[in-house]
Amino acid sequence: MITLTHYLVLSGILFSIGLVGVMKRKNLLMLFFSTEILLNAVNVGFAAVSKYYGDLSGQMFAFFIIAVAASEVAVGLGLLVLWYKKTGSTDLDSIQMMKG
Amino acid sequence: MEKYLYIALFAPLVGSLVTAFFAQFPKTLFTGIFTSTLIFISFVSSMILLNYVDMDTIVHVEMMDWISAGNLSIPFGFVVDQVSVIMMVTVTLVSTVVHVYSIGYMDHDKSFNRFFSYLSAFVFSMMILVMSDNFVGLFIGWEGVGLCSWLLIGFWYHKHSASWAANEAFIMNRIADLGMLMGLFLIYWQIGSLQYDIVFANIVNLAPTTVTWIGIFLFIGAMGKSAQFPLHTWLADAMEGPTPVSALIHAATMVTAGVYLVVRASEIYVLIPEVGMFIASLGAFVAVFAASMALVNRDLKRIIAYSTLSQLGYMFVAAGLGAYWIALFHLMTHAFFKSLLFLGAGNVMHAMDDELDIKKMGGLYSAMKPTAILMSIASVALAGIYPFAGFFSKDKILEVAFNDGSYLLWFALFIGAGLTAFYSFRLVMLVFFGEKVHEKLGFHPHEAKPFVIYALTPLALLAIVAGFFEHSFHEFTTQLLSNYEFTLEHSVGMILIFATSAIAISGIAFAVFKYKRGGFSENIENWGIYKLLSNQYYIPKLYEVAIMKPFTALSKFIWLEVDMRIVDSTVDMIAKVIYGTGEKARKMQSGNLSSMLRWMVVGIIVLLVLAIFYRPMV
Repeated sequence: MITLTHYLVLSGILFSIGLVGVMKRKNLLMLFFSTEILLNAVNVGFAAVSKYYGDLSGQMFAFFIIAVAASEVAVGLGLLVLWYKKTGSTDLDSIQMMKG
Repeated sequence: MEKYLYIALFAPLVGSLVTAFFAQFPKTLFTGIFTSTLIFISFVSSMILLNYVDMDTIVHVEMMDWISAGNLSIPFGFVVDQVSVIMMVTVTLVSTVVHVYSIGYMDHDKSFNRFFSYLSAFVFSMMILVMSDNFVGLFIGWEGVGLCSWLLIGFWYHKHSASWAANEAFIMNRIADLGMLMGLFLIYWQIGSLQYDIVFANIVNLAPTTVTWIGIFLFIGAMGKSAQFPLHTWLADAMEGPTPVSALIHAATMVTAGVYLVVRASEIYVLIPEVGMFIASLGAFVAVFAASMALVNRDLKRIIAYSTLSQLGYMFVAAGLGAYWIALFHLMTHAFFKSLLFLGAGNVMHAMDDELDIKKMGGLYSAMKPTAILMSIASVALAGIYPFAGFFSKDKILEVAFNDGSYLLWFALFIGAGLTAFYSFRLVMLVFFGEKVHEKLGFHPHEAKPFVIYALTPLALLAIVAGFFEHSFHEFTTQLLSNYEFTLEHSVGMILIFATSAIAISGIAFAVFKYKRGGFSENIENWGIYKLLSNQYYIPKLYEVAIMKPFTALSKFIWLEVDMRIVDSTVDMIAKVIYGTGEKARKMQSGNLSSMLRWMVVGIIVLLVLAIFYRPMV
């Protein structure tokens, strides 16, 4: 039987993978992937808890997050493409214009 | 009549404010004439009010609410009654003369405009002081005249001695004002109001001890403003200011504010005769004490300043013994002849290129006849010779002392009268008659401009005739003030008058006789008593050693040890800590996105840990 705990453990594992990706990856594209994993880890948690309590608001919130993630990717990828056209690289360390 | 009240009060303010705009510009004659005209208008309004006020009619207005907080309600209220109208007329009359005189006196001064602005501001403050219908308004005027006095003593601020004297006057007055404030607080605390009429109506219900304390505290304020011992040293030093200032502020008006306060609060002082006796004793002491210092001083203006001190002592004797109308009368006549004396001294100073040592003058009569005559009139009036003004007012004070049975006070004042006559004629003789010392020293004295002399004539006239108003003055002021009952027999009174006149005349005769023959020999300067007197009883020195030096040392200690070591280093340390952490934390802002993301994760973890382990009490 798959219980709430399983879902939450899955969500935790996904979140950790995403977090490590955010911290370790230097490629901007990979960073986006990691962010998606982070958001979806949270979505899994929301959906599971919502089902457990029989309260729909958690699932509604998951929908919101999906919408936000989609728009974030749309804008982010647009910027990424522009940046790549301008510099020919998607390396994170090359983006240091604000260094004080 | 309210119209005239407002004109009398605000005309000087308008003059001062308008002139203030010109303060930075070079001399414009307009400012002098403008302010003089406004003060004259104020004087005319005061005269109209003087005619208007009688037994049943006084003018009392409330211009607007000023302070109302909780139970405290103090309006901007002004009252023109028998006492304040006398003060108004005296103040504005002397001010008018001094303003006109100053146009001539300050002619060559590059701060001509600034001077008139200050002078008119002073008149305005003085009017507030005398016209207010409550103690707070009086206090505001009190501080206002103090401020203007400070500005005007230190008018030539580039002179170190002038700015020092200004600060001395200001600080000494602050000390005394603390006493006055305590008195006001005590009144408000006990009575719950500061309006004169309410306070005087309720003062009889208070415990005698409380009233005594109120009387003492108010008198401490009066002591500072009227330069009574031991707060007297500032007055002689205040002579650093321009001479018209000395005439107006430090002889005729501001220094008499203390006497005015005692007269105004007479309904408090009649309840506490012990305090009154103390006031009278202190006054008699100062009368002789100051006169003795005037005997040997060589500084033209300081002699007159000590004479002012001594005459203020006379006024306090009258006020302390309950003869309030006589104190006020002497205040008025003294204002006339003393300002005349000062303004004459100003002419002499101008003629002598600001030389003040009277031993270097001599024989100025031939060069400046009108001034010599005016100053002689003032000196005779000061000495109290019939029929000049001083005779009427000063003799009355001696009579009061005798009538009261305080023969010791009477004797002190009697001696004081002799000393007064002597030093005033010592001054006249040394300045105007005798050997022409100034010629040897290369001075070329010249008389002041004619309009300056004409400006002085009203004062000279009043110094001669003011005494004859005694009867109407008595009737007028006792409508408000309590009358003083003389129980003296007529013959005793006559004997007293003759005795006082005799000692005054012999004082004059002695001075004239002695200084005609070249004065005392130089040996006298080696006498102990001469040294004691010419060093002002070593009191300024004592203050310097006993108060100023320890205070300076203490201030230095606190500055170096407490302020620099503790306060400053604490503040410095805080700054250093913040600066150091900033320097360390700066490395976080590397601009690298991935390291910033890592810091973000660290922050999230810290917040999570806090959220889990920190449970605020609900």
